[in-house]
Amino acid sequence: MANPLIQLEALSCERDERVLFSGLDLAVSAGDVIQIEGPNGSGKTTLLRVLTTTSADFSGEIRWLGQPLSRVRLDYLNNLLYIGHLPGIKKGLTPLENLRWFCGLNQGHQRLSMEEALAAVGLAGYEDVPCFQLSAGQNRRVALARLYLTPARVWILDEPFTAIDKQGVANLEQLMAEHAAGGGCVVLTTHQELDLAGVRKVNLLGYRQVTS
Amino acid sequence: MNGRLPGVNDSLQAQVTTLPGLWPGFWATLRRDLLLAFRHRGEMANPILFFLMVITMVPLGISPEKAVLAMLAPGMLWVVALLATLLSLDGLFRSDFEDGTLEQLLIAPQPLYFQVLAKVLVHWLTSGLPLTLMAPLLGVMLSLPDEGYGVLVLSLLLGTASLSLIGSIGAALTVALRKGGLLLSLIILPLYVPVLIFGASAVTSVVEGFPATGQLAILGAFLAGSIVLAPLAAAGALRISVNG
Repeated sequence: MANPLIQLEALSCERDERVLFSGLDLAVSAGDVIQIEGPNGSGKTTLLRVLTTTSADFSGEIRWLGQPLSRVRLDYLNNLLYIGHLPGIKKGLTPLENLRWFCGLNQGHQRLSMEEALAAVGLAGYEDVPCFQLSAGQNRRVALARLYLTPARVWILDEPFTAIDKQGVANLEQLMAEHAAGGGCVVLTTHQELDLAGVRKVNLLGYRQVTS
Repeated sequence: MNGRLPGVNDSLQAQVTTLPGLWPGFWATLRRDLLLAFRHRGEMANPILFFLMVITMVPLGISPEKAVLAMLAPGMLWVVALLATLLSLDGLFRSDFEDGTLEQLLIAPQPLYFQVLAKVLVHWLTSGLPLTLMAPLLGVMLSLPDEGYGVLVLSLLLGTASLSLIGSIGAALTVALRKGGLLLSLIILPLYVPVLIFGASAVTSVVEGFPATGQLAILGAFLAGSIVLAPLAAAGALRISVNG
């Protein structure tokens, strides 16, 4: 596609004086599902954190719709949904209260109400149960319910399938396919094989510098 | 606004190019934190119990003599209120950091300043405000002279709010450290000293029959300054902490 949403130019990342990857060029266009691959410790999460702007330990350029990220940061963040290693769920609150907080901070409801989003991730009937009473997988699902609520175009998902059962994974894959078809993009890491057509794979090992 | 998003219909285009409101974002965090504070009432009671216990011990440990207590009361109430605030600071951002909601807060399309302000406001409502409201009661136990009560409450009202705000900087700087408690105290205590000096001296002046308007004005100035600057510094510190 002519206009990529996100463009990475010569991105390099260093951690504790070890180069994780360097010279990474990547264009993420509308409709892309990109799976970041690499063994543990290869910098997958670091790359995703750079993409979410929470980590600034990198050199190179990131562009959002052709403009440097530092200039259009808020517009970019407005279009970003990130689910990290930590689900970002308050254990003391109920799923509904957790979602209400996210919807207050971000552009809220798109297609579904919060109750419908929880039902979509299989948590109907758990709306008012405190999250500390839910299982790890259910907590993960509360975080994933945000995918149904957001109009954000860019989804960055760090191991979204952790603790999710088979049916849940299938639903999530379908949701990602719909999102990509609707002009969005997904960048994710997972060690699972994705059952999706047109997934682009980027292996970070290919960008590791050989130390001389 | 920059270029159109490709492959997106018009209604969605409008939705993704409008930033969310400031007030809904502020209110969402305020409400969430108040709810959490209410759910963890036990933790909330800690600084208040500390305040109550220390002040109760003073007559037992030093002297039940009315004249001695009256002389100690302003300083004692202020020092213990300050330490109680310090005690409750460590948790200000820690639980958010541990469960990943801090990360979400940082990448929300909201100015971090107002988010920090919301969190500090909740901290003050659940620590500084109850301490202030309890102080007159404990003043009676320390036989604080009658003239002192009004200024005691007023000075604590202004002072504890500054303490919460200033403390948020230290809490944000140490949030990523595993044992940040001691470091937090070391960073914050020097910044607390001026507030303590003017707070305690306001009450002492009034008890001795002098006006306290000067000290109260300075406490008000501290508060105004820290409302403007402290959330900025804390927001910057949070970005650094989460970056690490």
